[in-house]
Amino acid sequence: MPSDVTVFEFHGGIHPEQNKTQSLQLPLGNPKLPDELVLPLGQHIGQMSRPLVKVGDRVLKGQTIAINNGFLSSFLHAPTSGRISAIEERAIAHPSGLSDLCIIIEPDNKETWCELRPMPLWQESTKTDVLTYLAEMGIVGMGGAGFPTQVKLQGAQKNDLDYLIINAAECEPYITADDMLIREKTSHLVQGIQILQFLVEANNVIIGIEDNKEKAIELLQNELRVRQLDKQIKIAVVPTKYPSGGEKQLIQLLTDREVPSGKHPIDIGIICQNVGTCSAIYDAVVLGQPLISRITTLTGAALEHPQNVEVLLGTPIEHLLNYAGCDHSQLQRLIMGGPMMGFTLENQQAPIIKTTNCILAGSAKELPQPEPEQACIRCGMCEQACPASLLPQQLLWFTKSQEFEKAEHYNLFDCIECGACSYVCPSSIPLVQYYRHGKSAIREARDATIKSDHAKLRFEARKARQEAEAAEKEAKRLARKKPAPKADKAKVDAPTNDVTTAKADNANKAEKPANNEASKKLKIDLAIAKAKMKKLEKALTAAQEETRTEEINQLQTEVNEQKNTIQQLEDELTKVAPPAKVTKVANPNEAGVKQLKIDAAIAKASVKKLEKAIKKAEDINAPELETLKSQLTPAILRANELEKSLASAQEAAAKSSDSTATQAEELSEQAKADTKKLKIDIAIANAAIKKAKKNIDAMKAEGQDDAAIDASGLPQKLAEHEANITGLQQKLTDLTATDSKTEKPSAEVNPLADKIKKQKIAVALAKAQISKLTKRMEKEPEKAAEIQLEIEAKQAAQTTAETELAQLLNTQEKN
Amino acid sequence: MTTILIAVGILLVLSLIFGAILGFANVRFHVEGDPIVAQIDAILPQTQCGQCGHPGCRPYAEAIANGEAINHCPPGGQATIQALADLLDVEAIPLDGDHGEETAKRVAVIREDECIGCTKCIQACPVDAILGAAKQMHTVIADECTGCDLCIDPCPVDCIDMVEIGVTTKTWSWDKPVGPMSRPGNLIASDRQPLMEASH
Repeated sequence: MPSDVTVFEFHGGIHPEQNKTQSLQLPLGNPKLPDELVLPLGQHIGQMSRPLVKVGDRVLKGQTIAINNGFLSSFLHAPTSGRISAIEERAIAHPSGLSDLCIIIEPDNKETWCELRPMPLWQESTKTDVLTYLAEMGIVGMGGAGFPTQVKLQGAQKNDLDYLIINAAECEPYITADDMLIREKTSHLVQGIQILQFLVEANNVIIGIEDNKEKAIELLQNELRVRQLDKQIKIAVVPTKYPSGGEKQLIQLLTDREVPSGKHPIDIGIICQNVGTCSAIYDAVVLGQPLISRITTLTGAALEHPQNVEVLLGTPIEHLLNYAGCDHSQLQRLIMGGPMMGFTLENQQAPIIKTTNCILAGSAKELPQPEPEQACIRCGMCEQACPASLLPQQLLWFTKSQEFEKAEHYNLFDCIECGACSYVCPSSIPLVQYYRHGKSAIREARDATIKSDHAKLRFEARKARQEAEAAEKEAKRLARKKPAPKADKAKVDAPTNDVTTAKADNANKAEKPANNEASKKLKIDLAIAKAKMKKLEKALTAAQEETRTEEINQLQTEVNEQKNTIQQLEDELTKVAPPAKVTKVANPNEAGVKQLKIDAAIAKASVKKLEKAIKKAEDINAPELETLKSQLTPAILRANELEKSLASAQEAAAKSSDSTATQAEELSEQAKADTKKLKIDIAIANAAIKKAKKNIDAMKAEGQDDAAIDASGLPQKLAEHEANITGLQQKLTDLTATDSKTEKPSAEVNPLADKIKKQKIAVALAKAQISKLTKRMEKEPEKAAEIQLEIEAKQAAQTTAETELAQLLNTQEKN
Repeated sequence: MTTILIAVGILLVLSLIFGAILGFANVRFHVEGDPIVAQIDAILPQTQCGQCGHPGCRPYAEAIANGEAINHCPPGGQATIQALADLLDVEAIPLDGDHGEETAKRVAVIREDECIGCTKCIQACPVDAILGAAKQMHTVIADECTGCDLCIDPCPVDCIDMVEIGVTTKTWSWDKPVGPMSRPGNLIASDRQPLMEASH
């Protein structure tokens, strides 16, 4: 069979008996409606869907009965019209044989469709709209695990795609569902591929198909030729070998690229979709029909009429077996999926789900009991057969001896569980069973670690909270115990101030502890809030990187809330903080300016962050771009506002020229900064002048006449700059003058302060002497008169010293 | 003589250099705390149940580092004992029954209509997994519950049950195959005859 594309090879693989012809003898069957349809809520990888209907509700064919629950989840629709008879646990098609929550529909046999809303103008819609639509139509990957298609395609939006590969290989024995689908729905399939190509815009589109489907290939080629698409969509006919239909194997066959360990095809610019998915996409977009049915192969020696059927999801398997004429006495093992990768079904009541491609009812001859496992003889045939180039023997040792770490090291998770190794094993070791066990044990251990880490975090958080509470209680107890000594201490702190200031100070100090405590608490709260904010932001960026839309929205709202609380706390803090600082900082303006500066810096940072986020969003063409942009403008406005208020506050700070030393210093500093700024401005202006002159010279050199030079506007600019400089220099001289003025008083203050100090010492000395003398008087009453005289003299000295001190303080205050 | 002196000198210089490097490395790469305690703590199941006689998993980890037996942790069970034995290079011993039996994973469930809202279980829960307020009904956040049993005793009306977490399709895992010696007597080729007949 000729192939338009070069086909490469992959390592290993096996050639089991095909057994495909049995099910292709009859045309596509249409079994009649069963008595009830059982629709499991978890038909796909990820979270279970959330039911929208109640027991007793009437539903129409195609009506949504369950919606997605989180990011990796899917919609579910009623396959026929009828009544919801129950929502309960039923046996589902799962290797465990466990039950799970299902919606049960009792058909009314009328098959009344609900109103269909197709998207015939998909070419004119945005990709996001089409993707959302596909999600609402419940489309999941129909080849294997049932990965929600829109999630896979969303991943493709972020990367440039080299290849869109349509997987029609269908390599597993017995299964012919894809073959039949291509034959029956060729045109639907091709149009589905066109829609997919519109969504992912890959450079190449290749349909990979095994050479045992001659009729399907022919039909496809014809269809492509008729639609004149044979240049855009290529058909690659690959030799029949199991497992060429494995995603990674088919990619290797068609592109000679290997998907690196732990990565997805999308990471190397390739996306793979099953033919069933393509046809389902066509049904959804063009016909408006959600995914409610699929083509499934009924085959096996126990069936009288093996065939492919188009079957409604939720149809019990028993119903299909009866339809195909199952001889239950012959039936040895019932398998969902193929003989290589399928699993045994314990319960015939289990329903068909979105990923059921085959029901194999094998007779004892066809599917004999596996032979007893024997010891590994190290023949190495498994390594020869492994399509993932792993070392099955090593993996067997490690999983057998529970050395999962080593098994992981040997890339156990790259195993696709194709069963080729078990197939060739001469000791009939169920290797895949071991690997599956190993994988689930590792996953379980990982989950346990996550859970225990989480518990540890919670435990530690609780411990920290309890300690904090205990500390707070202790602090409160202490505060209640000795409020009086604190006031005393305040007195001791300010003994040299005169009585009135000391009193005022006392009042201040009494207030201060309360204030301090409140501000401390607020600060702690603020720190906690900020930490939370950081965490949230981290989570948000992570979510954005992985485009988990729902989480992003939630996180965004949380971040906003957190911002609000932080803002509130900061406001409260500023309210509380200034009175606490009064005693420390001479200038309340300074605190305000500082706060404003901080606010401005924060605002600027947030603007920057937003800009970055927008850039990122633009890169990945994310949907939240608009919201980000809308956030940006208010952020910029806020930053500008803050800067303005900062400037005005600084001005105010500069203007409020109280003559205290600290302020004078601040002023001079301000002046110095201004001077510096002015100098820089002058330098810039000078540079501009130079440049302008140079430009003019250059123009002259080029021989342009004066008129042209005038027209260029350079001379005007030159004049402007020169005017500017003179203005700036004027300002500079002014400033330096004020600077020297402002510096002077501070110089004068210093000797004054010295004097005050000296006087204070004198007063203290006099006081000490007086107290000494009074003590002596008590001890020696005979010399009382003498001492009394001395005391009076000292008191006189003290009063003179005190008056002098008061004068000095007055002058200082005046200054 | 000079050769010996040169040799001694070179050795002396070398020892000084290496000594300096070692001394520097000791300061530069100094590890705060006891790393082995952290490693042991990471293996313990973090239920914080106190069945080992310590107030939480970390204190038990410290005790193990100081030589306490490794078999006092019922929630971790034999798997934890094995992991600890591997880490500390000691023999894996069976679980000490005095501290409790290994049970399947469980969560606490409050029979809500019987709850009187005393908050005693809330105070007992080491991971804050119980929600409620005074005189209001309490409930357990099942996802956060570690199944430590600590809320059972304080409850004055005995309205808390420990319920085993059953296997769901999400948590189900494949069994390990039984292995080659599972069907003794079937190892000789002739023993397989009936099966071979069936397949031909």
